[in-house]
Amino acid sequence: MENKEVLFDYVLRIADNALILGHRVSELCGHGPSLETDIGLTNIALDLVGHARVLLQYAADVEGKGRTDDDLAFLRDIREFKNVLLVEQPNGNFANTIARQFLFDTFNYHFFAALTNSKDENLVAIAKKSIKEVTYHYRYSAEWVIRLGDGTEESHEKMQSALNEIWDYAGEMFVADEVDKQMLAEGIGVDLNAIKALWEERVTAILKEATLDKPEDGWIQKGGKQGKHTEQMGFVLAEIQWMQRAYPGMEW
Amino acid sequence: MSKKDWPLWEVFIRSKAGLHHKHAGSLHATDEEMAMENARDVYTRRQEGISIWVVESKNITASVPDDGDMLFDAAKTKPYRHPTFYDIPDEIGHM
Amino acid sequence: MENTIENLEAKFQAKLDAEIKIEPKDWMPDKYRKTLVRQISQHAHSEIVGMLPEGNWITRAPSLRRKIGLLAKVQDEGGHGLYLYSAAETLGTSRDQMFEDLNSGKAKYSSIFNYPTLTWADIGAVGWLVDGAAIMNQVMLTRASYGPYARAMVRICKEESFHQRQGYEITMALAQGSPEQKEMAQDALNRWWWPSLMMFGPSDAESTHSAQSMAWKIKRKSNDELRQSFVDATVPQAEFLGLTLPDKDLKWNEERGHYDYGAIDWDEFWQVVKGGGPCNKDRLKVRNKAYNEGAWVREAAMAHAEKRAERKKNN
Repeated sequence: MENKEVLFDYVLRIADNALILGHRVSELCGHGPSLETDIGLTNIALDLVGHARVLLQYAADVEGKGRTDDDLAFLRDIREFKNVLLVEQPNGNFANTIARQFLFDTFNYHFFAALTNSKDENLVAIAKKSIKEVTYHYRYSAEWVIRLGDGTEESHEKMQSALNEIWDYAGEMFVADEVDKQMLAEGIGVDLNAIKALWEERVTAILKEATLDKPEDGWIQKGGKQGKHTEQMGFVLAEIQWMQRAYPGMEW
Repeated sequence: MSKKDWPLWEVFIRSKAGLHHKHAGSLHATDEEMAMENARDVYTRRQEGISIWVVESKNITASVPDDGDMLFDAAKTKPYRHPTFYDIPDEIGHM
Repeated sequence: MENTIENLEAKFQAKLDAEIKIEPKDWMPDKYRKTLVRQISQHAHSEIVGMLPEGNWITRAPSLRRKIGLLAKVQDEGGHGLYLYSAAETLGTSRDQMFEDLNSGKAKYSSIFNYPTLTWADIGAVGWLVDGAAIMNQVMLTRASYGPYARAMVRICKEESFHQRQGYEITMALAQGSPEQKEMAQDALNRWWWPSLMMFGPSDAESTHSAQSMAWKIKRKSNDELRQSFVDATVPQAEFLGLTLPDKDLKWNEERGHYDYGAIDWDEFWQVVKGGGPCNKDRLKVRNKAYNEGAWVREAAMAHAEKRAERKKNN
């Protein structure tokens, strides 16, 4: 792959993580366990969709084919989406939502922090702007893991099973493929190994405080970064893209 | 199922540097950490503030309306606390 | 002066007459308190239930800009519900109690939210018409005699100002778009126009609570007055878009200086109020689900806070 294509792919991965997780969290707006929590989670959804927008705009610039952020969000097919499998998993109960959020936010925080040192000025600018919000998410979801883990017996059990269920999807965030390696070599991308250590440390500490067991590492479910998704993703896209597909070429 | 509402908190926001914190409204939260989070999420969605105070509503002592006369009317009879009570010749200018 | 009921009532009335706000700790007649609790909690419920028909379309919004705008708007409604519940709580009721009254079907909310949002154009129509109608009411309520209610409304009106503009912009994009889009906008307008007029409640002659609420200065304008202002404001907005309001009797009345409009189908209104709207059951089902499934979360957070406080004490 040419450099430009690699960078395009790399930016799409970051963008799609934000877009798809933002979409998932946005499904919950109006259905949260308390009004305050509803509003808080929606702030996270808004932040993520906002990040997706600037990242997709940048991806479109890198590609240079005249596509827009909306074209990329609404008119790509499933194999062209590059988000990790973790973020497309359904909301489930509140513990499932929080488990997914916590594992991702912890990754995302360290990822964006590292990205502020990238050689790509645009990514640095985006990372610097987003990191403030990402830092808030990182605290917010960790707080909820602790509350649910160290809350009632019922919540402890739900939080533990939520972690166990989603754990296989966490590993993919740290598996570097050719794109990751090339971007790292060029000083643009992030060293996933370095982040993994930071992620492990934080996750271990929070789970301990939450009186939860860290699930055993086992088989890693992966493929999202290469566009090989779970079945969930088809339904996500059906919903996101329905309008643009049903009424092609219109302004809204 | 528990019928226990999360405790009520009052939120005070400083809108910009140099100003007082001003009462913004109330919310429910389990403890001070959550109250702070919720206050940020609920009351600063439009850059309304740069600093937040939260205090559990039950910790606020309020004056009783019936004591209003006793507490506040007395001040009405003390005009000597106001600058206009004192006559200064115009030639002196602003003082 | 002794605090006999007569004296207290006279004092209360004197305050209302002097446009002095009533505050939570002030004495107030029982009926005033009950009326406020009913009205403020209904208002809060309307915000919360109102999140649903629009929230429906967050995941299907046709562009990222629209998605963010809608998400922010629906979130605002949650915030507005919160401010209003807080205002009602100052009168001695609890949020849990109000939620339970809503969920059991005992408490009412604005009937408009029992109509379905079928197409994207409905999101435009709801923002333009439903928020437009709500704003008429809410601006009036910023002057309500009860302090916490009036203050909540001030905050809400400030925040709502973008909602109607967003709805109008969505409708405008459709009205100026393809024939298919324009038809979509017209269809939405046809379905939402009459229910929007019904939002102001029964006509003054029929309205049971209105007169007393006006005397207490909770309301400042009658249902019909507000409805008329809404019609007068909306007609030119529709004309600008090249859309037709679905009322053949609608015409300017030079003498009155207002638009005349056709008869409202009050049978439909009462059917929907009584639970016969297309979405009444659905809305309550969804609210019950969120509340019941959130119970363990609320309990867990409380239990954790208690543990944390206990540990702090022991340290």
